[in-house]
Amino acid sequence: MDLSPDDVRDVLRVLDSSGLDELHLELENLTLTVRRAGASAWTVEQQVLRRPAVEGGAEPADHVDNRAPRAAVPDGLVAVHPPLLGTFYRAPKPGAPPFVDVGGRVDEESVVGIVETMKMMTPVHAGVRGTVVEFRTGNGEFADTDAVLLLLEPA
Amino acid sequence: MRIRRLLIANRGEIAARVIRTCARLGIESVLAASDADLDALPARLADRVVRLGPAPASESYLDPAAVVRAAKVVAADAVHPGYGFLSENPALARACRNSKIVFVGPAPETLEAVGDKLRARSHALAAGLPVVPGGEAADLAGARAVAAEVGYPLLVKAVGGGGGRGMKLVRSPDELPHTLDLAVSEAAAAFGDPRVYLERFVASGRHVEVQVLGDGDRAVALGDRDCSVQRRYQKLFEEAPAPLLSERIRAEMATAATALATHLRYGGLGTVELLHDRERDTFHFLEMNARIQVEHPVTEMVTGIDLVAEQLAVAEGLPLRLRQEDIVLSGHAVECRINAEDWAHDFRPAPGRIERVVLPAGDGIRVDHHVQGGSVVPPYYDSLLAKLIVHGADRADALARARAALDLLRIEGVTTTVPMHQALLADPEFAAGGVDTAFFERFLQPCVSGVS
Repeated sequence: MDLSPDDVRDVLRVLDSSGLDELHLELENLTLTVRRAGASAWTVEQQVLRRPAVEGGAEPADHVDNRAPRAAVPDGLVAVHPPLLGTFYRAPKPGAPPFVDVGGRVDEESVVGIVETMKMMTPVHAGVRGTVVEFRTGNGEFADTDAVLLLLEPA
Repeated sequence: MRIRRLLIANRGEIAARVIRTCARLGIESVLAASDADLDALPARLADRVVRLGPAPASESYLDPAAVVRAAKVVAADAVHPGYGFLSENPALARACRNSKIVFVGPAPETLEAVGDKLRARSHALAAGLPVVPGGEAADLAGARAVAAEVGYPLLVKAVGGGGGRGMKLVRSPDELPHTLDLAVSEAAAAFGDPRVYLERFVASGRHVEVQVLGDGDRAVALGDRDCSVQRRYQKLFEEAPAPLLSERIRAEMATAATALATHLRYGGLGTVELLHDRERDTFHFLEMNARIQVEHPVTEMVTGIDLVAEQLAVAEGLPLRLRQEDIVLSGHAVECRINAEDWAHDFRPAPGRIERVVLPAGDGIRVDHHVQGGSVVPPYYDSLLAKLIVHGADRADALARARAALDLLRIEGVTTTVPMHQALLADPEFAAGGVDTAFFERFLQPCVSGVS
């Protein structure tokens, strides 16, 4: 059973009128620590331990690695990594031409793509002056911060 | 029909929030979760969990067929769509209706009427609401004709937009052709609808909204909220009631919102968004949101009404249990949205693993959240972790309690916007109340340059 916020409030009311400063509860599915933090102010730290059984057909494909590859970077080339993990897009919006293609020349500030993280877009800059040799991460593919988005040949 | 088993087709704090009311009412809660959320806190709180699909929202939370499939797998009586995702999507409402599943929200026809900004505007006019001067612009000539009426500066808005998305400011006639082209192509790409309309830009406006609840015959207003503290049209802090409004304007707003809900024969929970012009002390209709809102708890705190419970009752087909005279407001409530973002670095998103969560508790304090120690904040969805809601005897009391509660709230492991709220609540202009929607950007300048 879980403790609702109303249950926690009931516990606090009992504690308020007691001399206790701290209460630690361990139930089958829950741990709860309540600490006094001043006159009728409290903090609550709660951990719900229950692990639900998931229903509904196919199990998640959690072992299929659809993330961007991390093959070695050939000598003489520079890898561009995402500024933070997220979904990599090569164009500013669907249907628009890509920021840059293979063979395209870029400088340090050139935008070579965008990464969407938590519904926010962050531009990816080339970081070096050079030519795009290869894209290692596809449009719409998820990339961790150590993923290689593309390879550049420095000028 | 009585709802005994409810599928919650959403995630995060709103999923946990709906589960809580289900537990209180004895309704079995089934969470439809994507692969990224199968072990999240809401999944541990729900009675049952059903897999919705892969982590990317387009393949799970945004797929009406996946939601209906999940509802059928568990034989749910009803689907609660929460906010965002498919909450205002007529296709889901219609698919539920066709499958004899109750959609907890307005009828698909209502969703279509208020989801299209131009149709919503004409309904507002028909219901007698004041609307911002403006009109549709099919081409540059049409846009120039509307601009001649409303003057500059003006806003170009996407018909399919909303929630601050798809808006562009035009300061002078020579900017109009380029901005119009851009707005049309962006609207087509983002909303699948290239139509745009022009509206007068209100220099100093407050975002005030009225909560309404209707059963298809009658509607009541449950007070107003002020959501003017925004960054890039994203709300950060909300309060109820809206401070420093004259009683005349407040009453007119409530009457207008109820009139629109009645005109639409609105069935469900909805929010009528209004723009209060501080200079003219007038207000205009902006849009209607046909769902529960992120900021609904401040209304719950001042009315003492569980809005999710009322939403479910109306969805069951029950007549409204509330009369307008039953709705009595008490005190003042504020809400701080705690996001996984780094405000010192342009609100950069901060996904990751949460190490520890310590929450303030006590009378008048409520934290709606979906994280605990060990929770993973995935990069696929929005950054909202928790909402600190504080109720006080009046606004000053609520703010003082909120400051104390913020000092106790700790979410460790990811960067959060708690420090931003501490700075906001220490700002004298904000503390005075009634700031406009441009306030937060002004407030941010010295703060951010002072943050290392």
